[in-house]
Amino acid sequence: MINQFQNLGRSTLDTFSKFGRSQIFLSHILAALGVLFTRFRLVIAQMYAVGVLSLSIILVSGLFVGMVLGLQLYNTLVNFGSTEILGAVIALSLVRELGPVITALLFAGRAGSALTAEIGLMKATEQLSAMEMMAVNPYKRVIAPRFLAGLFSMPLLAAIFSAVGVIGGYLIVVTVLRVDDGAFWSFMQASVEWREDILNGVIKSIVFGFVVTWIAVFEGYDCIPTSEGVSRATTRTVVYSSLSILALDFVLTAVMFGDI
Amino acid sequence: MVCYAQLKHDGVAMTETDDILIKIRGLKFARGERWIFDDIDLDIPRGKITAIMGPSGTGKTTLLRLVGGQLRPMAGTIEMGGKNIPKLRVSELYALRRQMGMLFQSGALLTDLNVYENVAFPLREHTKLPESLIHHLVLMKLQTVGLRGARHLMPSELSGGMARRVALARSLVTDPTMMMYDEPFTGQDPISMGVLVRLIRSINDALGLTSILVSHDVHETLSIADKVYVISNGKVVGVGSPEELKNSDSDWVKQFVNAESDGPVPFHYPAPSYEQELLGDAA
Repeated sequence: MINQFQNLGRSTLDTFSKFGRSQIFLSHILAALGVLFTRFRLVIAQMYAVGVLSLSIILVSGLFVGMVLGLQLYNTLVNFGSTEILGAVIALSLVRELGPVITALLFAGRAGSALTAEIGLMKATEQLSAMEMMAVNPYKRVIAPRFLAGLFSMPLLAAIFSAVGVIGGYLIVVTVLRVDDGAFWSFMQASVEWREDILNGVIKSIVFGFVVTWIAVFEGYDCIPTSEGVSRATTRTVVYSSLSILALDFVLTAVMFGDI
Repeated sequence: MVCYAQLKHDGVAMTETDDILIKIRGLKFARGERWIFDDIDLDIPRGKITAIMGPSGTGKTTLLRLVGGQLRPMAGTIEMGGKNIPKLRVSELYALRRQMGMLFQSGALLTDLNVYENVAFPLREHTKLPESLIHHLVLMKLQTVGLRGARHLMPSELSGGMARRVALARSLVTDPTMMMYDEPFTGQDPISMGVLVRLIRSINDALGLTSILVSHDVHETLSIADKVYVISNGKVVGVGSPEELKNSDSDWVKQFVNAESDGPVPFHYPAPSYEQELLGDAA
């Protein structure tokens, strides 16, 4: 019984301690954000690694999500004779919800895990220590460029996901199911608003990008520098990021669109 | 010779006696409940190779990290040129580190850069030298370690010994005042080991460096060190020249230098009674 209390106490302390470390870590990153201007090429190189190299999975996923969305919604709306609003519903679903959320989940799995593994291995092979001993600040050289790259890449990837999703929906709804082409686009144009829908979706994707990249770089930097430690950190990145995305999505949706 | 003159060398004010570069006093450091260093004093003489020796797990690498400011002690001072390293602000610490070079046990080369770029890395980070000058400096350092021809290779294409020589070239490229070597001979074949031994000695003498060499390779270390500290159980158990240590009466030093399995350094990690653990209450 006493052991259980001890374990509970220890894990509670560990959790708070880790949360504290993550806040200090974030403050170091924020203090190093000047690299955007002084080391712009590093940020661009990392945007290629986390953004451009994630494009294929985003494009394929966006296309299929749009196609499935078109099929499912058609099967429901055809019963009410409302298939002409399919374009609006597909676009709103993607821009408001599915675009930011699915992109963030895919981003966490593809780029987030890669960031954690890369930084964790740099720690395990003493590359970060070597940088410190060469008087090179790892926050400026390694962490901040990756953090900024994730922050910038996420909204762009979410926008691409939504655009490709709309094309996927169009291919199924208009090309295969023969819904009117003009109705598809005109309802979409009339329903999707810049501030209410697109801007809120962009804000969501920025928040998700911030959280996922923060978790990813922190887990890499804070991991136990062994192969098992890096492996566990990578898993934690995907799990914590996914849970954070889903929880934050509810909070943001409630604030942006709900009446709570 | 003791010189009390106020010297400036690369920004470090030399307020201490001129023959001691690093002065450690009353150093205490613990990991969990285990004391790694329990009130130890060390002096690292300028221009010499000082070896820190001791059994595995005695905190030799930890000592280098304390000197480099990567760890902070629980108590005590670590002074370099009159500056107490644990009390320095981050910017001051980074300025001081520019005078330090460190060779890590693994080499710690940046795996996304080739040999040339690894050696050029500190120059690109800290200077605005023209590319032609960087090229010359990098080739000179690679020539020193005998790897000028390997400049296009990636770290994954290097052997362990080559990786350490590249890391040595990288550490030297900014002309540090002091070099720290963390287990440079571990896992090396006899030829690579011989090359590293020769390089460490010749580079120290040619460049007028101060070197701290952490190792438990007794023969190689004693062959190049000017002064040796033997550390065990958180205490300095022996200090002197290699010859003095070889002739030491200390049981600790004799056990270590002569590689004896039996002695004051226990074979077993601290544990409860063996009999008690096997037989339980029946014991």
